[in-house]
Amino acid sequence: MSKKTIIPIGPYHPLQEEPEFFRLHVEGEKVVALDIELGYNHRGIEKLSESKTFEQSVFLVERICGICSSSHPIACVQAVEDAGDVEVPERALYIRSLIGELERLHSHMLWLGLAGHFLGFNTVWMWAWRYREPILNTFELISGNRNHYAMMKPGGVRRDIKAEDIPVIQKTLDDLKGALDLFRGAVTDDPVIHARTKGVGVLTQQQIIDYCAVGPTARASGVAKDVRKDHPHAAYEFLDFNVISTQNGDVFDKAVVRILEMYESIKIIEQCLAKLKTLQGSIDSNPKEIKPGEGIGQYEAPRGEVIHYVRSDGGNRPVRHKVRAPSFMNIATDREAVIGQSVADATIILAAVDPCYCCTERMAAVDADTGKHILSSAELIRMSREKTEKLRKELGAEGPRLKL
Amino acid sequence: MTREQIVARIKDVLGARIVQWTDKSARRIYVEIKPEDILEASRLVFRELEARFSIATGVDTPSGIEIMYHWSFDNCGMVVTIRTVLDRNNPVIESIALLCKGAEWIEREMWEMLGITFKNHPDMRHLLLADDWPAGKYPYKRDFIRDGKEWITEKT
Repeated sequence: MSKKTIIPIGPYHPLQEEPEFFRLHVEGEKVVALDIELGYNHRGIEKLSESKTFEQSVFLVERICGICSSSHPIACVQAVEDAGDVEVPERALYIRSLIGELERLHSHMLWLGLAGHFLGFNTVWMWAWRYREPILNTFELISGNRNHYAMMKPGGVRRDIKAEDIPVIQKTLDDLKGALDLFRGAVTDDPVIHARTKGVGVLTQQQIIDYCAVGPTARASGVAKDVRKDHPHAAYEFLDFNVISTQNGDVFDKAVVRILEMYESIKIIEQCLAKLKTLQGSIDSNPKEIKPGEGIGQYEAPRGEVIHYVRSDGGNRPVRHKVRAPSFMNIATDREAVIGQSVADATIILAAVDPCYCCTERMAAVDADTGKHILSSAELIRMSREKTEKLRKELGAEGPRLKL
Repeated sequence: MTREQIVARIKDVLGARIVQWTDKSARRIYVEIKPEDILEASRLVFRELEARFSIATGVDTPSGIEIMYHWSFDNCGMVVTIRTVLDRNNPVIESIALLCKGAEWIEREMWEMLGITFKNHPDMRHLLLADDWPAGKYPYKRDFIRDGKEWITEKT
């Protein structure tokens, strides 16, 4: 019988928004079981929100995540508006969609870079993050901040998009399109990336439905659900875009879904910009009080559906505020995706649901019997990279060429 | 399925066991049922009507511990919330995790945060709180309040 080894992954990493701790049980090279532990960074935000006013709680939920820092605020203000039947001016709806899509672009870029890094394609990593920068600069132009834009409030948005900024944002998008074509080519045409990601970490359609997984994780397995289309909010019902869905459910398909979604995001932002040029009016309906009641707000974050539930008793604070981030549903699917796969593939499989999973940096392998460290974090990433290198040599391919 | 078909089917199956039906808006329905009917109601919306389990919310209210199961009907843009109220001194309900794997974690969370006992849960242990968290202390109950600016502490 081969010896069973436990590999702990996690629990902390400064880049990761939701620290998790994974325990991989491996026999030889094969993963046989996975334990997931959460809560290393539990901040009691739901309880804390009950002591904040409705306006303050938007700032609070913005701090849940640094990467998709407008997803929670959008879901939160929609829940408050649903509870209090608050009207939102049309111009504010378009601004919400615009901010949401810009955020999706930079979040998917971030994931693409990390995926490249884990697989040993550091050029993809560098270029993806280089092209993420102009999007963050755009946010700085609009809101003054690269992250935590503080744009949302119940009843509207806090800042308008200035007419003179629209051509600047458009220019950023035009530059990005060329880069996206490049990434699409680099990922979809490269035989080594195919070999590393196709048929790896497969999630079936039934598994997605059982686990109620959301976002690109679900859409890569043929479950074409997107809250933007299914539960129209912000300006999405007036905008023309496609829900990207593929059938295979492997790591490759998850990457393809995200890359193609970025094209749709650009399409949406361009429509919003065109509309904002002509549509004038208020950006905030300034609700004075939220009447008693309860409301649910849903928003399609880069990683999937965010849902907030808010209950008001007529005062200025929520009596209950429930928050559910997409990773809460998606991370649970890891135990289906990773079993039976090799250790060298575990890194990319666990990263494929995009749980802001960067704690691979802190991987360390411990021999289950002696408790002695046998693999360091760097070694596991090295294993993943070596596999790519080996495949590259076998296939005689050089990997994605990025000529800019 | 349209909203009307879904509403008709739920009313048909649960019938007189519906405690309260609230049509909040075109896209939000709240249905209150008794705790003992939760498995049947969940099977109906999840397996037969093919809703997606979005999340469940537990609330500590003066009348009891309330659980709301939010089910998303993605093909007609509607959220049906199934609500049930448990006895505050002995909150017990059947787990729906064996029916819907997506509910496994949130039931663990509601157990540790609000002290709700889920019968027949496949893997009941701490999810967010530390393993050595003191037994019988449930931080999302109203017994815990925000004390000053920084801390959430137990009422004394």
